[in-house]
Amino acid sequence: MPDWSREIRDRLAALKLDPGREASVVEEIAQHLDDRYEELTARGVSPEEARRSALDELDRPALAAVLAGSLPRREPTRLPPSEDGTGWLSGIGKDFRYGARRLRLDPLFSLVVVLSLALGIGANTAIFQLLDAVRLRSLPVAHPNQLYNVRIPPGSSRSGNFSGRWPQLTSAQWDRIRSEQKAFSKLAAWSSDRINLAAGGEAHFAEGLYVSGTFFDTVGVAPLRGRVLGPGDDAPGCPSPAAVLSERFWERELGGREIATGETITVEGKRFEIAGVTPARFFGVDVGRAFDVAIPLCAEDLIADSPRTQKRRNWWLAAVGRLAPGWTLEKANAHLAAISGGIFESTLPETYDATRAKDYLSLRLQARPLASGFSDLREQYASPLWLLLGISALVLLIACANIANLMIARASARQREIAVRLALGASRRRLIRQLLAESLVLAAAGAACGALLARTLSRLLVTFLSTQDSPWFVEMPLDLRLLGFTAAVAALTCVLFGLLPAVQASRTEPIEAIKTGGRGVAGAGAKLSVRRALVVCQVAFSLVLLVGSLLFVRSLRNLLTLDAGFRHDRILSIRADYTRARVPPEQRTAFLRKLLERVRAVPGVTAAASAVIVPLGGDFWNDFVRIEGTEVQRKEANFNRVSPGYFGTMETAFIAGRDFDDRDAQGSELVAIVTETFARTLLPGQNPVGRVVQVDEEAGSGRVGRYRIVGLVRDTKYGELREDFAPIVFLPMAQDEQSRHGIAIVVRSDLPLATLRASLTAAITGVSPDISVTFRPFRNIVRDGLLRERLMASLSTFFGLLAAILAMVGLYGVVSFMVVRRRNEIGVRIALGASRRDILVLVLREAGTLVAVGLAIGVVLAIVAAQLGRSLLFGLQPSDPATIGAAALGLAAVAAAASAFPAQRAARLDPVTALREE
Amino acid sequence: MDRQLKKGSTELLVLSLVERRARHGYEIGKLIETRSGGALRFNVASLYPLLYRLEARGLIEGRWVEKPSQRRRRYYRLTVEGRKMLRLQQSTWAAFVDAMRRITEAEHA
Repeated sequence: MPDWSREIRDRLAALKLDPGREASVVEEIAQHLDDRYEELTARGVSPEEARRSALDELDRPALAAVLAGSLPRREPTRLPPSEDGTGWLSGIGKDFRYGARRLRLDPLFSLVVVLSLALGIGANTAIFQLLDAVRLRSLPVAHPNQLYNVRIPPGSSRSGNFSGRWPQLTSAQWDRIRSEQKAFSKLAAWSSDRINLAAGGEAHFAEGLYVSGTFFDTVGVAPLRGRVLGPGDDAPGCPSPAAVLSERFWERELGGREIATGETITVEGKRFEIAGVTPARFFGVDVGRAFDVAIPLCAEDLIADSPRTQKRRNWWLAAVGRLAPGWTLEKANAHLAAISGGIFESTLPETYDATRAKDYLSLRLQARPLASGFSDLREQYASPLWLLLGISALVLLIACANIANLMIARASARQREIAVRLALGASRRRLIRQLLAESLVLAAAGAACGALLARTLSRLLVTFLSTQDSPWFVEMPLDLRLLGFTAAVAALTCVLFGLLPAVQASRTEPIEAIKTGGRGVAGAGAKLSVRRALVVCQVAFSLVLLVGSLLFVRSLRNLLTLDAGFRHDRILSIRADYTRARVPPEQRTAFLRKLLERVRAVPGVTAAASAVIVPLGGDFWNDFVRIEGTEVQRKEANFNRVSPGYFGTMETAFIAGRDFDDRDAQGSELVAIVTETFARTLLPGQNPVGRVVQVDEEAGSGRVGRYRIVGLVRDTKYGELREDFAPIVFLPMAQDEQSRHGIAIVVRSDLPLATLRASLTAAITGVSPDISVTFRPFRNIVRDGLLRERLMASLSTFFGLLAAILAMVGLYGVVSFMVVRRRNEIGVRIALGASRRDILVLVLREAGTLVAVGLAIGVVLAIVAAQLGRSLLFGLQPSDPATIGAAALGLAAVAAAASAFPAQRAARLDPVTALREE
Repeated sequence: MDRQLKKGSTELLVLSLVERRARHGYEIGKLIETRSGGALRFNVASLYPLLYRLEARGLIEGRWVEKPSQRRRRYYRLTVEGRKMLRLQQSTWAAFVDAMRRITEAEHA
């Protein structure tokens, strides 16, 4: 038979057909010509004649011409990109598109992988961003590494009144430093405080920033609008008080509108001219806080009842500066040490006794770098945040293990496909490139979702951590460093576990893979071991996380339920600020009594009392005390002034003696009520009632106060719930000699706050309209005080549950795979008479071994890891066996459920089907 | 036979030939030749373009089939679409022929 292929192909060359299609057409037409040739020779035509006749058919009319209309030049092919050796870049684009398409065909797998990645990456990035903002980032000012903070090193013994968030210096010290120092070419002082912008009635608070005239210049901030405060604004007496608004405040309160010349803003009842607006980037030098209104230091003289500028015992300022040219930090410190002596001598408060004076005169000034600003968040939250970062890193590992597991499983399933494609002539390199592209598509999708999640998570964290008292403003732009790092980890996982099995598969004989459907291929055993190891790791890590979360949750519960010495539900704390009411001192007692009477008269109020310090409120007042007539060394005790009925309102029980009453007034004997710990510490084994306690008073004229103890109450917490009970001395409000500008009123009521608010405000402002009122339910105070613990508890629980879910998904996958692998064996067993139960036991035993090993490792890791969080726990040991046991049990139960499904499926296997699949 | 006539009717021919069972190209061409008594003859250049066009339109479907002890051949069978088209064309053709006959006979008579 003549060969027609070449003739046909020649004629078709012009059409430039797809090679596959061309081959097909050539073959078909060649056969036709064969048949024609056979027919002709069968009829007796000579071979030569027949051949020419057949070939004629190709040319009349010209084959190419007629076929051109019916054959498309290039057919769209469903096959993977062909081996045509085109440029690298276009090849990669095709690979990615193809990869994306393949993944779309497997939506469950893709979804789980992307989700796992997103969660791991997102969580890590969010927490690291927070950590960075709190700890690591520099201030958004010019040359932050040239900023320094001049302060007295922590640990020095200072006493007096501390206000503001960074009470490092007194006004007197600031004035002297300013005039004496030579090391800093620019030096400024600042303080932060809450300021009331309302004229009366319920308070409208804003974040105030007191600044010296040189502040904005020193820090290096240019105004967005108008001007910033300058030295002329901080003049003694504050003749023309001006204020500068932050951009955020300006947008929020003034709607970002044009500010008219001479327009003013009311601060604590005084009018300040609005001088300008600072750009949004500048929040002050206190990281995590943002100021609303900046006013000069001299404003303190205008606003405050007893201005801190005049008091040598009031610490409220912090100093920042830039070194003069030629000065180094060491030189500056030497200089500061040299001038310290003179400064502290000349600013020594007159009322100090010998001991305190000695402490004061030994103080020294010091400069330290301030590139990352002031941050109380750093101290408070650094440790929990690092811990959280550790937790989220574990979650990322678990997620990666999950992904690895899934990819190995998928690669096994696709062994057949890979083998077939290899058999059909695909190049290994090309194949691997395509699989790589698939993995990268997954990694990219995961990273993108992770980035989005990170943003949301960050915002949630900031909202969670902001409290009424300390709103938190942290700018957290997406941290590309960490995102890049975690994305790289994710990509590595995808690539490693997506590629390795595939490379392995491509090395096996295609026919083997096709025959056994990918189950019995060499290397599958090793793969299973890897998957098993991964699941064990997942279970172990999950246990660590669950134990951690359980520890934190129990800690929190311990704190919430502990006996604080008073009931903290259904109690409301009201802050009444009557500075502007200008009550003359002699009328103050009557005024406060009237206030209390009005509040008690409000319907729904069960009990009410006033106090100077609210428990757990964060305020402090302590002095040295001793009992008259004893040899016991003097000790420090906490103080509070309360009205009669306070203990009843707070439901703190009396052990001995009586409450304050009308007998205790101005002029009568000074009395006090003390707590159990006070008695135990200063008068062990004796009843303190009737004894006299001596107080080294600071607040008064520096003399020693003598108070007769008239009552003994149960211990109560003072500053925070975590602390141990400390000795507390309660003094009666009626005998208060100090001028105060506000009072706290605690109200017990069964009605919700919303109902009471209006009537309480009315009652209080009824006494004087210039009183500003702030409400804080005690529940909130407690909650805010436990912010750190709540943060740890909720986030660790979230991550713990997440980890457990991921681990269970991994377990389910591996057990399913194990079942599939042993299908034949199971089929044989059933055929030979094994019951369903037997099969269940078989599978569960295998799964159980994995879980047991994982739990064992997990317990060890958990005990070790829990030590890290020791300082954050309360009322529990890190290796609390009950907690570990509960977590392990819980995880085991969930693992049993996860393995139950594949086990059930195995037990229900039809032996005939199972055996047929050879 | 007139070229125009042939062109219009060839689709119908091919479709009806693969209605009952699948046939390969040469078989289709041979059947047309024998059943028309030689009046219609298809060669490579006229048959295959037609087959490919019909295939591209989804009226017939071509598949390589390997029968024991034979080379593999490309068999064409009628698709669902093709069946519909066949019915349509058959009825159209029948109507046309009917109309032609009535007119010509009328003239004749």
